[in-house]
Amino acid sequence: MMGRRPTALHPNPWENGGLRLEGAAKQAMETGRNRLLITGFLFAVGFLMVGLRLVEVSLFQEGTESRLAGPPPTATFQMERGDIVDRNGVLLATSLATASLYADPARVLDAKDAARRLVQVLPELSKAEVLAKLQAKRRFVWLRRNLTPRQQYAVNRLGIPGLYFRREERRVYPHGRLVAHLVGFTGVDNNGLAGIERYFDDALRGGTTPLTLSLDIRIQHILHAELSRAMTEYEALGAAGLVLDASTGEVLAMVSLPDFDPNQPGAAGDEARFNRGTLGVYEMGSTFKIFTVAMALDAGTATLDNGYDATEPIRIARFTIRDFKPQRRWLSVPEIFMYSSNIGAAKMALDVGTTGQQEFLERLGFLRPARIELPEVGTPIAPSPWREINTMTIAFGYGLAISPLQLANGTAAIVNGGVLHRPTLLKRRPDEPVPGTQVISPRTSEKMRRLLRLVVLEGTGKNAAAPGYLVGGKTGTAEKMGAGAYLEKALLSSFVGAFPMTDPRYVVLALLDEPHGNERTFGYATGGWVAAPVVGRVIERIAPLVGVAPVDEDSPELREAFYVNLDARGRNLASF
Amino acid sequence: MMTTFARTDTSILGHWWWTVDRWTLAALTALIGIGALLTLAASPAVAERIGLQPFHFVYRQFAFLPLALAVVISVSLLSPRAVRRLAVIVFLVSLTLLALTLIAGPEIKGARRWLVVAGLSVQPSEFVKPAFAVVAAWMFAAQRMDDSFPGNTIAGVLLILVTGLLILQPDLGMAAVVPTVWFGQFFLAGLPLPWVALLALLGLCGLVAAYFAFGHVASRIDNFLDPSVGDSYQVTTALKAFNKGGLFGRGPGEGTVKEILPDAHSDFIFAVAGEEFGLFLCLLLVALFALVVLRGLTRVLQQNDLFVLLAASGLLAQFGLQGLINMASTLRLIPTKGMTLPFISYGGSSLLGLALAMGMVLALTRRRVGAGGLL
Repeated sequence: MMGRRPTALHPNPWENGGLRLEGAAKQAMETGRNRLLITGFLFAVGFLMVGLRLVEVSLFQEGTESRLAGPPPTATFQMERGDIVDRNGVLLATSLATASLYADPARVLDAKDAARRLVQVLPELSKAEVLAKLQAKRRFVWLRRNLTPRQQYAVNRLGIPGLYFRREERRVYPHGRLVAHLVGFTGVDNNGLAGIERYFDDALRGGTTPLTLSLDIRIQHILHAELSRAMTEYEALGAAGLVLDASTGEVLAMVSLPDFDPNQPGAAGDEARFNRGTLGVYEMGSTFKIFTVAMALDAGTATLDNGYDATEPIRIARFTIRDFKPQRRWLSVPEIFMYSSNIGAAKMALDVGTTGQQEFLERLGFLRPARIELPEVGTPIAPSPWREINTMTIAFGYGLAISPLQLANGTAAIVNGGVLHRPTLLKRRPDEPVPGTQVISPRTSEKMRRLLRLVVLEGTGKNAAAPGYLVGGKTGTAEKMGAGAYLEKALLSSFVGAFPMTDPRYVVLALLDEPHGNERTFGYATGGWVAAPVVGRVIERIAPLVGVAPVDEDSPELREAFYVNLDARGRNLASF
Repeated sequence: MMTTFARTDTSILGHWWWTVDRWTLAALTALIGIGALLTLAASPAVAERIGLQPFHFVYRQFAFLPLALAVVISVSLLSPRAVRRLAVIVFLVSLTLLALTLIAGPEIKGARRWLVVAGLSVQPSEFVKPAFAVVAAWMFAAQRMDDSFPGNTIAGVLLILVTGLLILQPDLGMAAVVPTVWFGQFFLAGLPLPWVALLALLGLCGLVAAYFAFGHVASRIDNFLDPSVGDSYQVTTALKAFNKGGLFGRGPGEGTVKEILPDAHSDFIFAVAGEEFGLFLCLLLVALFALVVLRGLTRVLQQNDLFVLLAASGLLAQFGLQGLINMASTLRLIPTKGMTLPFISYGGSSLLGLALAMGMVLALTRRRVGAGGLL
């Protein structure tokens, strides 16, 4: 078997000239052994490297858990969604860590028994449903989201294999329905669905610093309480109210009734979730005369010393403009405002003209949606085309529908010296200047303050008086439009006021939807009877909170400051 | 009971006991024992995850373990000549079966590696591998002893055939191991050094070709070079497992990687060992593999027959390479390569194939007087 060919002609490179058979085999074995040593060496190196690497990854691997003892890491509870607080830091919305119960049906040994015992602990679950879930051919079924710690403990105590908890977050609104329309709410996966929660959804996600709103929960509570009381008393369909900082545009309180509990938004109807304060637009009625008179005074077409004849109703086309309580005589401008004369207001607006009125309302921001940090903002409804008749009806608040927020914000500009601010739901820093645009002259604003005060002292707004706080304001009673005609019995009654009128700091608005008069109001459901008292009481209660001190309203200085000559033709009247 | 054989005992078993390498035998037994332990640790989680009875893999593996031990011992009783005959028969049969898998094999995880025979799925490549090492050794030795015999050519043709079939499966891990071992044997058989360099270069080209031809090979290598690119989740999890285990491990059954890693009972069983039993057991495993390979090679050095030298070292290299590749890729020393850890990973065919290989190694390295006993 080992016969070899002569190699002279075919030199075989593997052989080093071994001639003898024995020698060739030996030589081969020698080479093999030498090379085997190399092979063995390589393997030894390989095993050594694996061993060293093992030691490295087991004991010294960087970037993983340290093998050295140290202080236990402090558990930082990083929530997925930031808190929302009011201007004083009171919690309005926060996230709570909760446990959600799920099951791995494949690991549940006895589904029937598990379902029976689970329902005993969580009675709100349906036994049949739980059983169906536990028998499902899946590896994951939710049984109940967001358990309380007590419920989690109870479920744990059952000791049912195959049930697990997952840490989740649940949004909690400690004040419930009180700030429901403003703060809004989130869905089951913690995404903002309404209000601030939706408008600032991105900022709130992963936000660590709380979002501070301009709201003051105390004022919100007072406004909410007073509006609720009036709504019940006058059997109104709904109500809306606002407290606005006249010099910064910050919303301190905004209430829309009926409301809902943001902790259970699904349980509420559309009507309850509707924010009347910003999303609803209404023909405001006589409160609009504030803007008509301010416009006329600022344009110079009217002064406090002249007036208009309001003896006869105005007939134009198929409309008749008449007064609610006709005086049937010539009325001075202050009287027109005080008695809320539609005829007078219409004539004043005509003197300014349609273009002038459009320009003025545009400047006040009444012809476009309000700019505020809420997704729920209504678009004003303006006449198109804007005819002379529209100019006249808008003068006393018909034909242009705006939101209560716009009404309050416009009023703030009229009384604060004539500067319109952008309304905001976020707290402004005290040191930062508030941007604003001058919409009327400070002199006009001063005159308007006297007129507004006059309304509360002598006119339709007497019920809004809050002694010592120098309330001024204007009533409004609008007939609601129904099926193409205005309904006499369906009213939108409002009062927009400010205090103290020497240097107004806050604008307060109350609005009731379809109130009904009662014995105390002698059957009246007008703004002066149902809304003005709400504003008066709100001011009385919030003034001490916001640091407005009461003054002696009968002091000679204040009488002087609010003096209005009612009868330009010699009939003077000191009004206070 | 074994130790009761007297030195003068001339029965087959008595003779065997005094001539076989008892250290290697002990190491193999220990490996099989640890393999059983780790199968118990890792496989129930995997079985449960894929919807089987928790002890599905355990029952199957435990049925094979005694069988494997029996194969090791009975094959180690054979003479080198009988080993060669056995290898040739196994090679021919399993090569045929390997070709059959391409036609009749069910596709599992994108590969056709198995044949279902009487309810048992058999992976012929596990048997081709050791048998081919012995056949190739025979061919190399034959040409070295008698230059007129075209042994090298035959070995080369067979290599292309086997590797081609493995690539077609596809089983790239084995398709890389088999030529490497073949090359190692050729090297031991005295391949001139220029040829060594040339073939090494050729192998490197093969790797580069695999990189471009197979997407998953490319992604694994890219991943190894830059772990931040792509999905290195499995191997990162495996590394964390070692770290969690530390020196002594978290304790049997206390591991968590087996819940996550898809092949915790096979390719990633080393990570389960690290997590549950710690560094010491892992080092023991490495030491056992090293013992088998290095001691085996030392025994080979004392042999006087080229065929025995080539066959035994080829089988040992196969065993050692497979273990090294598995452990090194679990430890991210090399790019991830799906390869079982000999005797430890789950798999009946793999176990029996290895038992055959190690039985042959034991048979070939038994002490003999002179070389004449072989041929």
